Amino acid sequence: MPEPMGFFTDTTVCIGCKACEVACKEWNQLPARNGGVGELSGDSYDNTRKLDGIHWRHVRFIEQFKGPYDGRWLMMSDVCKHCVQAGCLEVCPTGAIIRTEFDTVVIQSDVCNGCRACIAACPFGVIDINPVSGTAQKCTLCYDRLKVGLEPACSKACPTDSIQFGTIAELRTRAHKRVDQLKAQGVKAELYGADPQGALGGLNSFYLLVDEPEVYGLPRHPQLPSRHLAKSSTFSAASAAVLGVLALVGLRKRRMDEMGGGGGGGGGGAGGQN
Amino acid sequence: MGSNMAECHPVAFRWPMKAKLNGAKIIHVDPRFTRTSAVADFHVPIRAGSDIAFLGGLINYVVHSERWNKDPFFKDYTVHYTNLATIVNEDYKDTEDLEGVFSGLVGYKEPDFWPFNGFLGRYDNKTWQYERGPKPAGPSTEEIIKKRGSFDDLLRSLRKGTAKTDPTLQHPRCVFQLLKKHYSRYTPEIVEQICGCSKEKFLKVAEALLENSGRDRTTAFAYAVAWTQHTYGVQIISCCALLEQLTGNMGRPGGGIMALRGHAAIQGSTDVPTLYHSIHGYMNAPSAVRPHDTLRDYIAAETPPTGYWANGPKWMVSYLKSVYGDAATAENDFGYDWHPKILGDHSHMACFAAMNEGKIKGACIVGQNPATSLNGTATRRALRQLDWLVVKDNWLTETATHWYLAPEVKSGEVKVGDIKTEIFFFPSTQIAEYDGSYTNTQRMLQWHSMAAKAPGDCRTDSWFYHNLAKRLKKAYAGSKLPRDEGWNKVTWDFDPDPGEVPLYPGEISALKVLREINGYMTGNPKQHLKGFGELKDDGSTTCASWIYCGCFPAWDQNLTARREPDPPGVPGAHLKWGWAWPANRRNIYNRASADLNGNPWSERKRWVWWDPNFVNPPDPKTGKKVPNGKWVGYDVPDFTLTMPPSHKGNPDGIIMEPLSGTDAYIMRPEGKGWIFVPAGLVDGPFPTHYEPHESPVQNLLYPKQQSSPVHKVWSQGKPWNPLAAAVGDPKFPYVITTYRLTEHYLAGAMSRWLPWLSELQPELFIELGRGLAKEKGINNLDYVIITTPRSHVRAKALVTDRIGVMKVAGKTIHHVGMPWHWGWMGLSTGDVVNDLTAWVGDPNVSIHEGKAFVCNVEKA
Repeated sequence: MPEPMGFFTDTTVCIGCKACEVACKEWNQLPARNGGVGELSGDSYDNTRKLDGIHWRHVRFIEQFKGPYDGRWLMMSDVCKHCVQAGCLEVCPTGAIIRTEFDTVVIQSDVCNGCRACIAACPFGVIDINPVSGTAQKCTLCYDRLKVGLEPACSKACPTDSIQFGTIAELRTRAHKRVDQLKAQGVKAELYGADPQGALGGLNSFYLLVDEPEVYGLPRHPQLPSRHLAKSSTFSAASAAVLGVLALVGLRKRRMDEMGGGGGGGGGGAGGQN
Repeated sequence: MGSNMAECHPVAFRWPMKAKLNGAKIIHVDPRFTRTSAVADFHVPIRAGSDIAFLGGLINYVVHSERWNKDPFFKDYTVHYTNLATIVNEDYKDTEDLEGVFSGLVGYKEPDFWPFNGFLGRYDNKTWQYERGPKPAGPSTEEIIKKRGSFDDLLRSLRKGTAKTDPTLQHPRCVFQLLKKHYSRYTPEIVEQICGCSKEKFLKVAEALLENSGRDRTTAFAYAVAWTQHTYGVQIISCCALLEQLTGNMGRPGGGIMALRGHAAIQGSTDVPTLYHSIHGYMNAPSAVRPHDTLRDYIAAETPPTGYWANGPKWMVSYLKSVYGDAATAENDFGYDWHPKILGDHSHMACFAAMNEGKIKGACIVGQNPATSLNGTATRRALRQLDWLVVKDNWLTETATHWYLAPEVKSGEVKVGDIKTEIFFFPSTQIAEYDGSYTNTQRMLQWHSMAAKAPGDCRTDSWFYHNLAKRLKKAYAGSKLPRDEGWNKVTWDFDPDPGEVPLYPGEISALKVLREINGYMTGNPKQHLKGFGELKDDGSTTCASWIYCGCFPAWDQNLTARREPDPPGVPGAHLKWGWAWPANRRNIYNRASADLNGNPWSERKRWVWWDPNFVNPPDPKTGKKVPNGKWVGYDVPDFTLTMPPSHKGNPDGIIMEPLSGTDAYIMRPEGKGWIFVPAGLVDGPFPTHYEPHESPVQNLLYPKQQSSPVHKVWSQGKPWNPLAAAVGDPKFPYVITTYRLTEHYLAGAMSRWLPWLSELQPELFIELGRGLAKEKGINNLDYVIITTPRSHVRAKALVTDRIGVMKVAGKTIHHVGMPWHWGWMGLSTGDVVNDLTAWVGDPNVSIHEGKAFVCNVEKA
């Protein structure tokens, strides 16, 4: 078995070039929203806005200014966290979401029925339906590239090594060193998701941040959906009902696929988009 | 400064970021807080166009600092390696004497045969020359030319007396004293007033620069087109060069000036030029308006007799042999008379000015999208005057579709039926679809191979020109007209050799072109030249571009294809990665990285040095023993390899003979870097603060001289180039700058058609500060109208604190900025921002002033 692999994203050296977004789309052949024709978001230089089924990498731009020229501009390339305890994997009724030999979390598109359970379960809002396949999709940590000994497309393309790929052990060592270096310079730097004792058993894509996680759109305490089940019986019952329905949808979908002899992608997509 | 490196050169920006991780400080001086500022240690906002005031302030700070005056390093470097100690002749008058102009200012009148040069005035640089001893005796240049003497005799006749110097720097006319006087009023207070940045921020930069210069540390500047696109752009860069020499940063590792070129091979396109005013290797183009009547006249006019440039006759003759082959002989001056001569300024704007007046009948537009560039309205008007237009591009660009989709056509102002131009479109390949070399900003040639076949009928640019040339050769073959003789004598042999399969039907052999550029023995084309030291002025060598000589040193040795990096842990000149001109040297003028005795200035900054014990082999020609000692190091030394640091030059000699072992700037006639620039620049020997052509404020330093007295204005007074914004014009109160974004590329042909890039920046916008937005009632994403005397455009507002208000000369000035990538074609569309810019430009290089002008902004 290979060692657990993942990303360490050092946001302090991100230049917001979005090469990661483009490299990801090129390698994974993901479409642009509306064929590339769109409107300016007005949110700094961010025009893709979020991670979803066709944006598996997303660069966030955070303008923090007190007045003209007085402040800072934070940038962060975000991606699936490949959680050690992955909520998506936990709820997937079809077994489409698997943990790979690299300890990464991958959705198998041909097994996914588009039930959207994983979308709701992800504490980071990473997953969404890819309208082309009609299935839930997200970063695979370039599973196909890893299989043949290549590094993921995004980290390969990152010109400043803000996105670093490697074994989790090695990346954590590197990350702690970098935090120490920044702290010595008086920079308030913290790691997010690097602690194996922390939330979700650690994230196999973790970050170096210079502000609170919320500033970057990251939950301070990401939780598994099953935690909610344990906390409140009423909530738990409701959740169970939802999950039950989803599971039924999943079963129905699978049966449809079996009957229709494949081609389930389109049908699932239609269902998913409702 | 003058660069937004993280956004516009993100791949190269890897290295500043690596340096930062190793402890380097990054300072960004820019009107906008950009993605570069975001990762810099600090950002200093200055008003667009005020760079010389800022740099001049740094110069003034440095020469009066205790450190510069006490640490012997600075005097050692500047007195011996630069012309700081040289005495200038007594007729020289500074801008401080003449209220903003230098001595020698004369009027300029456009000649009738090509009235498109645009100069507002001209300098006669006679008074900018050094004070010299008597001229050495010998036959005059006229005599040598008349009797067709040898090129060496011609150089000998060109020698001037030795320049006088004062190494104590006390002489009132030595460059140091002139420099001190010239910049004496560039105080931190005046920097604050002109640039709009606080005195404290300026001083922080000055202190950091000085602290980080010296034996042990070096400071580098990175600039790009934000320094060039001004009516004094060359002077901004020259000012930086002055500062870098003054602080001993030039020719040393981690020092110098990085000119970040705008395109992967734009360096190559000036080396093997698509420029009108120079031929290969930066030799000046033969000109009908210069004393260039014969080859010897040309050499006399364009070649300094001493320094490495004095080898020019060898380069020129080898170049002519490449152009005219066997037809070029010593008797016919190697075909010099056949060579085309320029009539004046044939640069982009000059040509479009001429086109507007019907003086140009046809145009080939290749790799360019002029319908969206530089006063776009005037440019498109010019295109409409053509009989024929060829556009060769990847997509139907705005230039290909202006005749039915331009704003003036859509508005009905121009009727399609009235346009008589016949337009041809040729689909083009992309770079990954052919073999060839490109030259990057580091002067490094890298060979690349075809990765994919181009779709359909797409062809390379070389295919286009190769086949055009072949057809033209055929068309003119029978002509006996004298004017066609030159074309008929041009050699044209780029078809693949038998057995070599062309990439596309009719494609050239790219390797053959590189071989021609490298050069070979005329008698045996298979015997390649190993370097420009082998070039001869007798026709025995053929070489298209002397600076590239050595990139292909043997028939089967294409050094540009090498990809062997240095291992980790060594200084990393990476001499086996590609090939850099000149002579595979990575850091030019690197003799200056060693002290006067040839030792590294410090262990930390070791780069090349003199090894006195090096045992040299005997001279291969004479068999004589060569004394021990050689320049060695990590890089290819930029010096005569066996010339010891103690060598004394022969003042009566030519070429390299007069240079001594400490003359590090070997391309300069006296071997010294030019802090004072006596020749070569048309707008002054010292950079001086002028305001842009359009500015909201008066020139604080020179109230009688608002802008450069010699800058260029094309089509002056013509309705298509209105220049109605007076100084401080309330109709156009805001400073505007234009720029690029990471997500798009230049005029958009390589990005606006690509969905993945278009979704990242889908629409044109204007960045404006919160203060201005509030004043004008503009909300984020509101449409606004931006107006200049030329035109108006519409864009969405991006309201931000990354750009804003500045206090300039007591006035509150709002600064706005617009990326200029857009046009009406492609997936991501928007108005043409260049419709706002004017045909005004730099007098040295004719680039337009796109980085600093004035506008108005109103809610739409």
